[in-house]
Amino acid sequence: MTNSPSKLLDNAVYEFSKLPGIGKRTALRLVLHLLRKSEEEVNVFGQSMIDLRKNIKRCKICNNISDTDTCNICSSPSRDTTTVCVVENIKEVIAVENTAQFHGLYHVLGGLISPMDGIGPSDLDFDGLLHRIRAGGVREIILALSATPEGDTTNFYIYRKLGNLPVEITTLARGVAVGDELEYADEVTLGRSIMNRIKFEAT
Amino acid sequence: MYLKKLSLINFKNFEHVELEFSEKINCFTGLNGIGKTNLLDAIYYLSFCKSYFNQIDSQNIKHDTDFFVIQGEFVRQERLEMIYCGLKSGKKKIFKRNDKEYEKLSEHIGLIPAVIISPDDNTLIIGGSEERRKYIDSVISQFDADYLHRLIKYNRILMQRNKMLKDFSAQKTVFKETLDIYDEQLAAEGSVIFSKRLDFIDKLLPIFQKYYSLISKGQETVDLIFKSQLLEANFIEMLQAARNKDMMLEYTSVGIHKDDLSLELQNRAIKKIGSQGQQKTYLAALKFAQYEFLKSVSGLKPILLLDDIFDKFDSERVGQIIELTADADFGQIFITDTNENRIKNALSQISVKSNVYSIEKNTIELEQK
Repeated sequence: MTNSPSKLLDNAVYEFSKLPGIGKRTALRLVLHLLRKSEEEVNVFGQSMIDLRKNIKRCKICNNISDTDTCNICSSPSRDTTTVCVVENIKEVIAVENTAQFHGLYHVLGGLISPMDGIGPSDLDFDGLLHRIRAGGVREIILALSATPEGDTTNFYIYRKLGNLPVEITTLARGVAVGDELEYADEVTLGRSIMNRIKFEAT
Repeated sequence: MYLKKLSLINFKNFEHVELEFSEKINCFTGLNGIGKTNLLDAIYYLSFCKSYFNQIDSQNIKHDTDFFVIQGEFVRQERLEMIYCGLKSGKKKIFKRNDKEYEKLSEHIGLIPAVIISPDDNTLIIGGSEERRKYIDSVISQFDADYLHRLIKYNRILMQRNKMLKDFSAQKTVFKETLDIYDEQLAAEGSVIFSKRLDFIDKLLPIFQKYYSLISKGQETVDLIFKSQLLEANFIEMLQAARNKDMMLEYTSVGIHKDDLSLELQNRAIKKIGSQGQQKTYLAALKFAQYEFLKSVSGLKPILLLDDIFDKFDSERVGQIIELTADADFGQIFITDTNENRIKNALSQISVKSNVYSIEKNTIELEQK
């Protein structure tokens, strides 16, 4: 954005273009859109960003994003506190919640072990998870991490950490997607589904 | 399966070409730089979605134009298959089968199996062990998707482990625990990859020896010896034993990423003792073995592309190769040669349908037999 008439405009465009998925053109379009709005509307927009950053909290129990010290899932009396689902991030909490199939609690690690991205085990919240299990009352841990090499590494790590504790460790089933026609399933997935087939009665 | 018609627009040095082929032998003859190999490469494109010689797609567009089109009409299992490949500079490459565009190029690979033999293959002999692993991997991956999946996973974990060794963290216990996990994951994938490689070489070797002795008329003995640290010890124990060394080296010193294939002639390395002609025979036999292997797993006769392979062969070996490939075990064949008489002589010895295309600057002349 050379030859721009305003330094203020440049600054705003620059800040927007730092956001993921936003290039310089889109950033300019967004800024010009904001300029057409009333001052009050833009204030509300800006203030909501400031409030978000300033007041957002991490749930003391599960590490999820929350407005209060304990998130609404952890503090809900209707959830099953004996089952804890381990996920990578908040996005995955939302994904599992949307299934409406899970009524236990979560534990948000904050990432997966990946030295190439500069993330080692000490950067993730394993201690919090151990602490929760040692405190008692948890019967089952569900590992719901991505089916990538990094997800597998993290699964292994947790499995080893929890090895001696009296808790059942389960992981998501991997196989043919619901509603898929078999001929279109990729060979690797289909191959694993055959290897790890289950008793029909259980379906 | 065979290629019936090929049409090119602005591909490499060709502005516009349309050719019809024999379902058996087709030869392109002409002077250096006239574009014989480019015709083979166009066929290679239709099979593998990329050039064998130049990985940068845009550089295959004819100078001063901004797009190329390659179209092929194949007869596959008695059905006509129209394959279209188009590239406009700065745009995504488009591949269509019977006018329907592919979403992923990987869906196309395998539909039109092909094997190319070219002077560039000698990197297998003179290059590092990586070239030979790549060769093994590319052949196995064409019929075993699980192998490719495991290989990708293995390489990914290896990169993570190496990065970790480089960043050697101050927290020793966490560091060791994570290394333990990487070791287990490498061992799980690596052991399967190792046994599949071993099994593949085991099956390839007798086919390879058969072809070598056919081309050379049985005067020399050849061998392929698979070398792997996993032949001597258990992978996981090896990783643990090498851990201190790995920490000093800052990379993983044991594993299937160190595998190699020793190419031997008369019990010695072909790289050291083989003449150029022997090396060429060796590579041709290796590719013919690959051909037979692919044929048995896909049930189709792949298209065979022979680029300038007669250059370093004596007339006896040229005759042997022509005779061999004219056999019903092979399907359609494309051959390039600068020497029109040599190829015509060799073809006159056999009784199959063959087309010879003599390429000149602005014309392509066809002689059918």
